[in-house]
Amino acid sequence: MTISSKQKPYVFGALAGLLLTASVGIAGEFFGTSTTFPRASTWLLTTLGVDISGLAFAQASGGSLTGASFPDWQLLFVIGIGVGAFLAARLSGTFKTESMPPMWVETMGSSRGKRIAFSLVGGAVAMIGARMAGGCPSGHGVSGMSQLGLSSLIALTMFFVGGVATARVLYKGGAA
Amino acid sequence: MTLVFGLITGTLFGAFLQQAEALRFERQVGAMRLVDMTIVKFMLTTIVVGSIGVYLLSDLGVVSFSPRSLSLGLQIIGGLLFGAGWAIIGYCPGTSIGALAEGRFHVLWPIAGMLIGGLVFALIYPFVQSTIRPIGNFGSLSLPQILGVSHWVVIAALAVGSFFLFRFFERKGL
Repeated sequence: MTISSKQKPYVFGALAGLLLTASVGIAGEFFGTSTTFPRASTWLLTTLGVDISGLAFAQASGGSLTGASFPDWQLLFVIGIGVGAFLAARLSGTFKTESMPPMWVETMGSSRGKRIAFSLVGGAVAMIGARMAGGCPSGHGVSGMSQLGLSSLIALTMFFVGGVATARVLYKGGAA
Repeated sequence: MTLVFGLITGTLFGAFLQQAEALRFERQVGAMRLVDMTIVKFMLTTIVVGSIGVYLLSDLGVVSFSPRSLSLGLQIIGGLLFGAGWAIIGYCPGTSIGALAEGRFHVLWPIAGMLIGGLVFALIYPFVQSTIRPIGNFGSLSLPQILGVSHWVVIAALAVGSFFLFRFFERKGL
């Protein structure tokens, strides 16, 4: 059986929904990824010998917000996403190396420095926002919405409001 | 064992995202430019199936959960910030790792940015907790609770709404 490209997002989305159900039922874990980023950066600092124990962030939630909680379910989940994507890309022949996103180059030009600057600032803003909101498209989007949480509905709506508005400015409403 | 489950679950999720082409910059930014709804289709289908699944488990008494707590300040300000960053980098935290694994090496810069952001968040954490969290802080609230209806009514509405949205997307070729 082959799945047409039109059906793919629905078929694999439904499989992801079943996977979420199995994960909750078997391991008691909902999907989430963004908490792993501050954990990884604080873990890096600690590994480099920087003492962060004085930070309120390191003391909150019994230290579980920092790298002190590694290795945990979510770290392995995030690593797994990489493993699964790599295997699926290789096996389906869709692995493709890229040094710049073509859609970005089309509108924003091919300057690598500009892309790096936007990536660092944009990535930082995205992560500050995700942790502030209490989740990302997997934590709030998939897991929180599956629980029918009001906070997740508001967060997910704001993700798209912020995203669409910013894309409009960046890409000058250049809808194809 | 928890760790093994995490790795297996992540591996399957990564493969599903990759096969749905949801990891690609063009799909992510395409959604925000309102020209390609691939990630919205994927996400909404996951939510509809997932909500049926987890509420079934909850009704059977297998699991219990309560939604993440609501603070209008945190979710609105944080959500808008995330959205802005998302549109700039073209990836969310989960898809960034998957995109790296399918060869899009330029995603290393957004990942570095997100690691920096994680550190900045650690530093501003006390301010966020003391100043932003109290704005419209309501604790854990679910849609069935505030609407005063069974969760199955909300899930049915979500499924029907998604169906018509998908039909609209397909007709418009989005």
